[in-house]
Amino acid sequence: MSKSQNNPLARQDKQEKIYTATQWQLMWWRFRKHKLALISTAVLILFYLGGAFCEFLAPHDPHRYDVKRVYAPPQALRFVGESGFRLRPFVYPIVSTRNMETLRVEYKLDPSREMPIRFFVHGDPYKFWGLWETDLHLFGLQEENSPMLFLVGGDDMGRDVLSRVLYGARISLSTGLIGVAMSLVFGIVIGGVSGYFGGITDTLIQRVIEFLRSIPGIPLWMTLAAALPRDWTPIRIYFGITVILSLLSWTGLARVVRGRFLALREEDFVLAARLCGAGEMRTILYHMVPSFTSHLIASLTLSIPNMILSETSLSFLGLGLQPPIVSWGVLLQAAQNLRSIVHAPWMFLPGLAIVFAVLAFNFVGDGLRDAADPYAR
Amino acid sequence: MLKFLLRRLLLFIPTLLAISLVTFLLIQLPPGDYLTTIIYQLEESGEEVDEALLAALRTRYGLDQPMYVQYLRWIGNIILHGDFGYSMAHNRPVSDLIWERLMWTLIISFSTLLVTWAIAFPVAIYSATHQYSPGDYLFTFVGFVGRGIPNFMIALILMWIGFSFFGFGIGGLFSEDFRRASWSWAKFIDLLQHLWVPLVVLGTGGTAGLIRITRANVLDELRKPYVITARAKGLTERKAIWKYPVRVALNPFISSVGYVLPGLISGSTIISVVLSLPTTGPLLLSALLSQDMYLAGSFLMMLSVLTVLGTLLSDILLAWVDPRIRLSV
Repeated sequence: MSKSQNNPLARQDKQEKIYTATQWQLMWWRFRKHKLALISTAVLILFYLGGAFCEFLAPHDPHRYDVKRVYAPPQALRFVGESGFRLRPFVYPIVSTRNMETLRVEYKLDPSREMPIRFFVHGDPYKFWGLWETDLHLFGLQEENSPMLFLVGGDDMGRDVLSRVLYGARISLSTGLIGVAMSLVFGIVIGGVSGYFGGITDTLIQRVIEFLRSIPGIPLWMTLAAALPRDWTPIRIYFGITVILSLLSWTGLARVVRGRFLALREEDFVLAARLCGAGEMRTILYHMVPSFTSHLIASLTLSIPNMILSETSLSFLGLGLQPPIVSWGVLLQAAQNLRSIVHAPWMFLPGLAIVFAVLAFNFVGDGLRDAADPYAR
Repeated sequence: MLKFLLRRLLLFIPTLLAISLVTFLLIQLPPGDYLTTIIYQLEESGEEVDEALLAALRTRYGLDQPMYVQYLRWIGNIILHGDFGYSMAHNRPVSDLIWERLMWTLIISFSTLLVTWAIAFPVAIYSATHQYSPGDYLFTFVGFVGRGIPNFMIALILMWIGFSFFGFGIGGLFSEDFRRASWSWAKFIDLLQHLWVPLVVLGTGGTAGLIRITRANVLDELRKPYVITARAKGLTERKAIWKYPVRVALNPFISSVGYVLPGLISGSTIISVVLSLPTTGPLLLSALLSQDMYLAGSFLMMLSVLTVLGTLLSDILLAWVDPRIRLSV
């Protein structure tokens, strides 16, 4: 900054670049400055890729269990064994012994045998994206009758926590997206009507929004979720919950849209467009909408984490998604049992995933909000 | 001011009616009614389902009447007799069950609000006056993390820490010895020893949000010319900051009652289930699951009324503090 200020030529160069840059370029330059937002974008992309390809990435089927490995301890990846350093990671097998005093099953890692991790192995069969059957997994143990691999530990039924968290990512992260998409439709239509027509329509809609916002969300969601018929299929429950979540959250977006509409109506360029003979629809779609899309994207990004948190909370209470479906909230339900948590703290892993996802969305949203107004300061 | 008050109070009445109507519709939503649950339970335990008993229950609870009659009966009894109906699962009048729990919800929510203010106010002003200092970055970071962790996760983690490092459970509001004891100084101390857990759990998110808003507000005010004038006139830094910018930036603290309160009441519902607190949460959950409609409906309605009351209070306070709002209406 100080260098370019001292050099008038460089400064002029930079200014010219700014003058000729498109709106989106300016926003990208601004967004780039927010380092946390950049890192968070990368994290989110990884999360969504993990959710999208969970069948391939997860070493096991999320429902495969091993009754002899209840709360199995994590098998750490190792590179240094008896034969020294090896590039191929390996794990020690779990052996279970019964403690004759407490009569409890205790697990130990057996360092005498090394089980190498192999890549692109054939494991539990699955239907990839429901399209074609395969049994290829990115990594796993490939031995005859190989036991299950517990990289981060096993749960209360001896299922692999890592695989379940990966499958949970698909459900938990997509509820956020679908729910926000639905509230976007509500928000744009209702907020647009409110802001465009104004007058009595506007007052009425604003009253309804205020009323909806004054009802405490979670008790309301609980009531709605309890109203879902219990004989619905998991998929229908999943969509039902998403609809319920978006029923309340459209209000925030509607407010943003209305506020933008009201502010833009008075702008000079809108007046100019009208004077040039642009029709109502053309003014709205070609001149007004593009200038608030960026704001809209920012507030969308900021409302996704709330959606994820709400889904998680509902499922955690047992009112949201139900067990055959694997979501982070459903997984955390198992962590409600205090005693199990003390023995198996790795049951918190889905919680950690939630925290990272929510934080990342917040940072990206913050960065986008700053970038949405590239001319500020 | 009087006109403003009147307007607000008049708006309050239709809001209450709307709340009661929405609540009633909501508790009617689940397919079947409480009798379905009874039949299911009887069938589960292998008992005969007595048609005469069912018919008697149906008339007793007015379940055979059309919807609007049920609603009018329900709301009429509440307004005229303070009678919230009958909890079918607990076999007691709803009003016996809800008041104590609502009181605890209120106590916990309001003490959390006070704690939130007590922490957010100094921190926000420090952050604004020391923008981009290490302290500011630290608070910003803590704030973001506080906003990102779901409430019940914090509760679970605190419980886990309490259990595995200190060897005791931190759920509930009283220790075993005091739960049934009458009020005494020792019981109060015991309450305080338990109360901090829900306060910390609930307060984190709200404090983080309030700090960010207030910080931004103070920063905006500090950039305004009148602050420069004050400084140019030779006012001490202390006076130049506290006399006007901070006072103007106080608005979010008052208006926060309006939007932090629904959040707190919402949040406490989940927390209470996790920490087994004697608030509305656990009872509401069980009432919803067993379709005990009058109990669930009364809770939902009273919680909404509480939040609307809170918003009303904050609006009045805001108008009292800030003449711009009072005079614009």
